[in-house]
Amino acid sequence: MKLPVYIGLLDEAEATLASSFRVVADGHGDEPDVHFILQTFAKKCDAHREALKPVIDRYGEDIEGEEEHRLTANGMTEVRSGPLALMLDLQDLYVLVNHIDVTWMMVGQAAKGARDTELQGVVEQCEGDSELEIRWLQTRMKQAAPQALLVAE
Amino acid sequence: MTDRIADIWGERTPHGSGQAWPGRVDQVLAEGLTDGDVDRWVQSACVLCSNGCGCDIAVKDGKMVGIRGRAQDRVNRGRLGPKGLYGSWQGEQHRDRLTRPLIRVDGRLVETDWDTAMGRIVERSKELLASKGPLSHGFYTSGQLFLEEYYALGILGKAGIGTPHMDGNTRLCTATAAASLKESFGADGQPGSYADVDECSAIFLYGHNMAETQTVLWARVLDRLEGPNPPKLVCVDPRDTEVARRADVHLPVHPGTNLALMNGLVRELFANGWIDEDYIAEHTANVDQLRSVVEPWTPEKVAETCGVQAADVRRAAEIFGTGEKILSTVLQGFYQSAHATASACQVNNLHLLRGMLGRPGCGLLQMNGQPTAQNNRECGADGDLPGFRNWENPQHVQDLARLWNVDPAIIPDWAPPTHALQIFRYVEQGSIELLWISATNPAVSMPQLERIRHILDQESLFLVVQDIYLTETAQYADVVLPCAAWGEKTGTFTNADRTVHLSEKAVDPPGEARSDLDVFLDYARRMGFTDKDGRPLLDWSGPEDGFEAWKECSRGRPCDYTGLSYDKLRGGSGIQWPCTDDQPAGTEHSTGTERLYTDGGFPTAPEYCESFGHDLLTGATTGETEYKATVQPGKAWLKALDYTPPHEEPDAEYPLRYTTGRTAYHFHTRTKTGRSRRLNGAAPEPWIEMSVEDAARAGCQEGDIARVTSRRGSLEVPVRVGDIRPGTVFAPFHYGYWDTSDGGPHRAANELTITEWDPVSKQPLFKNAAVRVEKLRTGDGPSKAPDTTASRRATGAQR
Ligand code: SF4
Repeated sequence: MKLPVYIGLLDEAEATLASSFRVVADGHGDEPDVHFILQTFAKKCDAHREALKPVIDRYGEDIEGEEEHRLTANGMTEVRSGPLALMLDLQDLYVLVNHIDVTWMMVGQAAKGARDTELQGVVEQCEGDSELEIRWLQTRMKQAAPQALLVAE
Repeated sequence: MTDRIADIWGERTPHGSGQAWPGRVDQVLAEGLTDGDVDRWVQSACVLCSNGCGCDIAVKDGKMVGIRGRAQDRVNRGRLGPKGLYGSWQGEQHRDRLTRPLIRVDGRLVETDWDTAMGRIVERSKELLASKGPLSHGFYTSGQLFLEEYYALGILGKAGIGTPHMDGNTRLCTATAAASLKESFGADGQPGSYADVDECSAIFLYGHNMAETQTVLWARVLDRLEGPNPPKLVCVDPRDTEVARRADVHLPVHPGTNLALMNGLVRELFANGWIDEDYIAEHTANVDQLRSVVEPWTPEKVAETCGVQAADVRRAAEIFGTGEKILSTVLQGFYQSAHATASACQVNNLHLLRGMLGRPGCGLLQMNGQPTAQNNRECGADGDLPGFRNWENPQHVQDLARLWNVDPAIIPDWAPPTHALQIFRYVEQGSIELLWISATNPAVSMPQLERIRHILDQESLFLVVQDIYLTETAQYADVVLPCAAWGEKTGTFTNADRTVHLSEKAVDPPGEARSDLDVFLDYARRMGFTDKDGRPLLDWSGPEDGFEAWKECSRGRPCDYTGLSYDKLRGGSGIQWPCTDDQPAGTEHSTGTERLYTDGGFPTAPEYCESFGHDLLTGATTGETEYKATVQPGKAWLKALDYTPPHEEPDAEYPLRYTTGRTAYHFHTRTKTGRSRRLNGAAPEPWIEMSVEDAARAGCQEGDIARVTSRRGSLEVPVRVGDIRPGTVFAPFHYGYWDTSDGGPHRAANELTITEWDPVSKQPLFKNAAVRVEKLRTGDGPSKAPDTTASRRATGAQR
């Protein structure tokens, strides 16, 4: 059964996303909305990992399979500078969040197949958050794009 | 009339439930004058708060010499408060008035003529439009201009230039009112009416120190409290305000914890079955989500989080849950604090759960701070589209393009409108290079002033300021335009309960000063803004043309003005919108619309609504697809958010909570009220309010000079030891630097505030910061904080 591989991936991806949110939050302290909301999102990632713990205890976390590991998007360790910095950093987060979103979706499918109600519950609770994160990133990037692409220097 | 400095609310004229509020005419004339000396009285309404008291201006020899409340006006029945009586015309006649345009030459502002000043603006504007396009321009306006002026500004910004960077200081005062109404009901529009004060059986004031912010409305409440069958009163405020003193239940919550309290009150309604199941089923959506969000918020948990008594939470909820007719009013204590929109939505939810809307006495007043804030929201000089249209609805944008006869592509609907603090951020980053500020003073009223001063001073910025005095902000300008004030120009405006007033020109403006409308029209003309057929975009000859144009824009929208005209507004009382031809003004029973949502139908239909809504935690937009998939047209949304602590909380280094606010004697940054001898005398200098125990801990006594420090700056001000709740300190935000000698210590409350805003309404969080207070030196007597208001000396009332 390969589900433990995916649960491991998910746990790792949430950790990566949390630290990436924090990197971007800290790096863009001059944009208070970005700064505070990304911190809130990072805490949600922490909570998702908490929620996954009992599931991991049951299935174990298979972090061996090399192939699967290539799927994990790299996290962010620093922010950019310059007029496009905010947009590019948010866009990187957008990729990470979408990666997680679709991973949750697949784990959710498996949870249904396995009739694992506990895992289904966790998926339900966490999927909504990544969907919200996607919407917020879109809202914010939509706002930033014209100014950054047309007038910023 | 008693002296209204000492007796702020005046003589009582009590009335019982359902009785009309008796009249009482207040009047002040210049010293030595009597009624017989007055040449004529000119109809107007007061512009020193959002109440919009109807008044007449006395004129003698071409000068304003007095003011009198209009007995026939529905808002005030003749009354006026201290600001209207002592600060209206008096605040405009100071020798500091700007009378000629100024331009910057070799670093100094020097007088010039209008042609030169406007020429400079137009030259820079055209140059920037050619080299960088419309996004190089930003407009930051006021809550104190007239409807016609906002509409002109809205058109020239949205259809002349095509920039999304337009906002007003209404962002600081009333954005959350608008946001919460849109989120809950689908569109802006005050549900209730001031007449609900006369009918209600209980009044809840949420973060609303009405006794000082709208003194005449508070007089109406006092008249109910002193009449037969008085309403119960519940007050949410960390200070021992006059409202708190009269309250049956006072909930002095820690600043930043409003949402926890509100979730607890809503929970009590569910838990005790104090809800109207039929109304909820027929007229609302989302009740299950609301129920689950508030579920954890027991009175005990609220008590622990907010620092109040669980029994008081229960009592307040019981008054709401069992009262026959409840009126709620909400203001800055909620709007300028953490979770602003979510907390204000919970007030809406309380009313929806009990079906307490649209009936006499069952009202909801999401208040405004400034006199004409409502019009800024309606006319699109802030982030909204004119006529409460929806940015995300292409049909609405087409409607405007047709109305203005312009290519729809020029209207910047492709991005969310830019809110005030984001506009300043773009200036800071150098991408907005022309900022035009009208009738407001961000150098004192914005958060984190050191940063704002730096931004205004930016080399890359071409700053235009139009105002009546050389404000702290104007001192940074490249061009200063001298404008006409209230009484010196004609226009209409709308108060917090949708009452529209006409304010007529009584006298000429001083020197070469011009109305703000004339300035905007002149700019549009000089820029050569035209419609699709090459005709001038703004061809109005004066304010009445503007009003007629606005009527067309408002047609069929929630704020429909088509039944109004200057003529209908002359002579009688102000009239509440919507007012259409089938609801003609002036007839016996149909003077506009007293209350909205009388039939429980709400403007949420996707094709009609003003907004598709947002996520309350993050401000992420819902979007058209999701909205259409989930909306039940005509039903209101019960929106909810769980409580999380505010981002800046007290710690070892900054152990006290800091909140800012108002006093009865001043308006905004005192540009007018600080120049009125009586008002300035009543509250001449800033102070910091501390509880007895916090003052003792800091080693401070009444009148000692203290330094108050946050992560962003510090103040040196006298201490007032008062009845504020321990752990919280308060500073009035009115005081800046125009009347201090240069280089003096900082005294503006906003030196300390944080740059952070509510994710939905984008209103800054002026009431959530952490500070420490140290004694600097012993004072030479008590502080000069007023003893007639919430700032009075400690009486031991605090818990
Ligand atoms: S209550 Fe407001 S509108 Fe009325 S007189 Fe006072 S300041 Fe003016």
